Amino acid sequence: MAVETLGSAPRVKVAPWNDPVIRGWVFQIVVVGLVGFLAWYLVSNTIDNLQRQKIASGFHYLEREAGFEIGDTMIEYSPASTYARAIWVGILNTLRVAVLGILLSTLLGTLVGVGRLSPNWLLSRICAWYVEAFRNVPLLLWLFLFYKLISEAFPGPRQAISLFWNSVFLSNRGVYFPVPMADPIHKWMGVAFLVGIAGAWFVNRWGKKRQEATGQPFPAISAGLGIIIGLPALVWLAGGAPHHMSWPELKGFNFAGGTVIQPEFTALLVGLVLYTSAFVAEIVRSGILALHKGQSEAAAALGLSRGQSMRLVLLPQALRVIVPPMTSQYLNITKNSSLAIAIGYPDLVASVNVTINQTGQAIENILIIMAAYLSVSLSISAFMNWYNKRIALRER
Amino acid sequence: MAATARDLSKVESVIQLKGVNKWYGQFHVLSDINLDVKEGEKIVICGPSGSGKSTLIRCINRLEEHQRGDIVVHGVTLSNDVKNIEAIRREVGMVFQSFNLFPHLTILDNLTLAPIWVKKMPKKEAEEIAMSLLTRVRIPEQALKYPGQLSGGQQQRVAIARALCMRPKIMLFDEPTSALDPEMVKEVLDVMIELAREGMTMICVTHEMGFARAVADRVIFMDRGEIVEQNEPEAFFANPRNERTKLFLGQILHNH
Amino acid sequence: MTDAMPVGDRKPLAPPVDETGALGWVRKNLFSSWGNGITTVVLIAAVLWVASWFLEWALFTANFTAATGAECRGGGACWALIREKFRYIFFGSFPYEQHWRPLFAVITMLAMLVLSADRRMWNWRLLVIWGVGSFITFLLMFGQIHIPLSLILFVALVCGGIGLTLRSALAAPSERMAYYALVGIGAVGLVLRMVGALPAWSIAIAPLSYVETSLWGGLPVTLILATYGLAFAFPYGILLALGRRSNLPLIKGLCVGFIELIRGVPLISLLIMASVMLPLFLPSGTTIDKFLRAQVAVILFAGAYIAEVIRGGLQSLPKGQFEAADAMGLNYPQKTLLIILPQALRVVIPPLINTFIGFFKDTSLVLIIGIFDFLNTANQALVDPNWAGFPGEVYLFAAFVYFIFCFSMSRYSKYLEFELNKGTRR
Repeated sequence: MAVETLGSAPRVKVAPWNDPVIRGWVFQIVVVGLVGFLAWYLVSNTIDNLQRQKIASGFHYLEREAGFEIGDTMIEYSPASTYARAIWVGILNTLRVAVLGILLSTLLGTLVGVGRLSPNWLLSRICAWYVEAFRNVPLLLWLFLFYKLISEAFPGPRQAISLFWNSVFLSNRGVYFPVPMADPIHKWMGVAFLVGIAGAWFVNRWGKKRQEATGQPFPAISAGLGIIIGLPALVWLAGGAPHHMSWPELKGFNFAGGTVIQPEFTALLVGLVLYTSAFVAEIVRSGILALHKGQSEAAAALGLSRGQSMRLVLLPQALRVIVPPMTSQYLNITKNSSLAIAIGYPDLVASVNVTINQTGQAIENILIIMAAYLSVSLSISAFMNWYNKRIALRER
Repeated sequence: MAATARDLSKVESVIQLKGVNKWYGQFHVLSDINLDVKEGEKIVICGPSGSGKSTLIRCINRLEEHQRGDIVVHGVTLSNDVKNIEAIRREVGMVFQSFNLFPHLTILDNLTLAPIWVKKMPKKEAEEIAMSLLTRVRIPEQALKYPGQLSGGQQQRVAIARALCMRPKIMLFDEPTSALDPEMVKEVLDVMIELAREGMTMICVTHEMGFARAVADRVIFMDRGEIVEQNEPEAFFANPRNERTKLFLGQILHNH
Repeated sequence: MTDAMPVGDRKPLAPPVDETGALGWVRKNLFSSWGNGITTVVLIAAVLWVASWFLEWALFTANFTAATGAECRGGGACWALIREKFRYIFFGSFPYEQHWRPLFAVITMLAMLVLSADRRMWNWRLLVIWGVGSFITFLLMFGQIHIPLSLILFVALVCGGIGLTLRSALAAPSERMAYYALVGIGAVGLVLRMVGALPAWSIAIAPLSYVETSLWGGLPVTLILATYGLAFAFPYGILLALGRRSNLPLIKGLCVGFIELIRGVPLISLLIMASVMLPLFLPSGTTIDKFLRAQVAVILFAGAYIAEVIRGGLQSLPKGQFEAADAMGLNYPQKTLLIILPQALRVVIPPLINTFIGFFKDTSLVLIIGIFDFLNTANQALVDPNWAGFPGEVYLFAAFVYFIFCFSMSRYSKYLEFELNKGTRR
């Protein structure tokens, strides 16, 4: 506030060149003018170049036929689909690997981070070396290594390594495993799952209200989990408990039935998760270390149980330290998933890159990439700001 | 008497505040402050926390900006004019509650920084002045250490010497002893008393009533952004007129 | 018990034997409880199993001498491949008999980095080290350097300007005159050069044969991209950080917008942009070196991240430091250069090194736009049909090299953090 003293002026006359407000504006106008000039120069060159090279502009190409194959899609797609659909396939693939990567690396990273603080010397050393090994080598190298290992070191489908009594097969074409036969009840189970989450939230709120009113605690966590798992299970039973599975079987040169995780996806996911979990582990560790010993002692002295002191005193404080850097790791996973292009997983950047090569419309396509990633980044930062405000310590 | 200050008999008052008002958002921190400081005068400002006393002296060297009224320092009216602000800051030294020494510079560099860069003084001359001032505050042997290696009392004495290096005409003290351990308060106050005896114009925000009795020409009591009462120290302490002053003095004298 | 014994006479008792010594350590750290003991046993078994398998593969059954990939097959690791290919992996397609040049360039850059890590060098010496080091590096890599007159004039102008701002108060009159002379010569000369009064003259330093950037490869490329990415991004990150903390709304808006834009998108999209869009941005006919394009993208990228690190340092300074500087009458450049930046930069050196480790790893992404960095040359080594089928060996070797660089940097950053914390007691 008092760092810079600019602002409303009293009535005294000031020479314009000595007035900081005027100085500030002159300086700003000069800088913005220079930046504007640079931008104008670049844009005018670009327009000139586009005309010279007869490159079309505008987003009309999105409705044209893409004409390229995509190996791994979550929605229906064929070379006859439009570019827009190809890019949409890429976005979904990016989101799929990012969401799974975030879940798994949080899980693994937390385990390693806690293991790093274990009183067991050997465990803590192993976790420390895990962290050092993964974060000191480029992610791209890990991706290449895992991809090449899967595609070169794993046998072909005919000699596939079978696990779990011939139900899961590892081969250089991917990992095959059984899935339940498609059944209409699955859709309803999904609905029940969502209803369960909403229900758990309400039960938790009700439990808190009751505790405030009567002092009776309510086992909200187990009740919530029960609802979330129980409701879909009930729906499944009500639907006649369909239990037919589709098993992967070797037919000719490849497997049929079951489902497959492509090697590209596997390598990308494994690489992202191992690499990011090393960073997550360090964040979790520093979050736990940031806790003052006095806090757990004070909680114990008040008579809180270990679980209560963890849930009510320690965890909220550790989260305050953990959440901000964790969010930036989540953002990193999302951005790093763009390395997919190097091993041939069709994510957003890969789809767009093919589109650039085919249409030559670099600017529009790069705008699409930037818009997609920026909207993810900005919404995550908006969430972060909201969260930081909510948990910020009130200090004088 | 005036040993450090030039003869400025033409200017009766060195600082004049006329109807000064300041708000922080809706909060009225300073309301209608009128104050005249004569050359060589020593003024002690006291009052409860949040009464606006620090804000008042921070307006005098424009660390904070007032919104209404006039502040004239040495005949120069404070405004947005950067040249005026620079001129006033050259004439007015300030000592902060938390010392605010620059931790990355040695004591000597802390002292010579402003003379060299603001007054464009040759380095050698600046160092001579700095050493003589360090001798005056009785820590010449610490000149090549860093602030972090000194005790709080020593740091505050360095801060006083740093302000004096610019040969200021006026010194502002913003609670200079509040952040110190009790045993270090005296060494800082001794330096301030010495400075006062030499005739420096001083405005001190402090609760050290012994200091006020010893050197102040005038004690000002502020509360809720107003000057509630001002008087010579003897009369002020012996016979406060306002109820708020009485209450405040009652509390503060109990604590000491 | 001798309850009459005066307190001061009690001899300190040694702790129980099982608390100290090697046995005590093992008990405390490995077998403190049942669960702990079981964990230890399981982990030891697992470590032994993995280690024996790895040693078997990498050492006992490994082939170090095979002449072709076919001879290697069937046994353990094929380190003969690395023996055959390591010069290509380290130096790429740089002319074979000239490999001493990239080797010495790498050594020069490492020396530069190591010297910069010494705290006694953190002053004007740093500029000299980097100036001389860069000159040697690029002379070795290119073999020939042409310094145009306008560049010399520009450097004179900048040097004089820096001297005037930083040393105006301290300099003797003769030194100040020299700065004015530099500024004068630089400015006048540049104007004359622009209007064409001065010829397009340049100094040619050409002791070696010219090697164009498309032939560069391997470790020197990775090091150049990371090191010069940092060197250029650093001043520019400082400006961005100061701009973001400024209270001039337009400046702040520009800086925030730029930083968030760059940080919001993946580096790959910037690299693709640099490779396909940069040529469009420039007047037609101008071609811009592919290597330079990648370097520009890395600098833009690094600048935004460095700006955020430096902003953290600026925010960590107490308000009193700004106020004290203001109260002394220092103006904005003086306050920033003398008080704020020296302290802020000191705080951010450890996180800055971590950021640099990040860039060092991220430079590997340039292989996507066809630059032959260290990872890419390793990748290319696998393409040789004579040696197909040993990706593990090559990637492990490359990982080992990356690990040595990154690990030693992160150790240094930890050490520095410790040292700096020791020094700054407020």
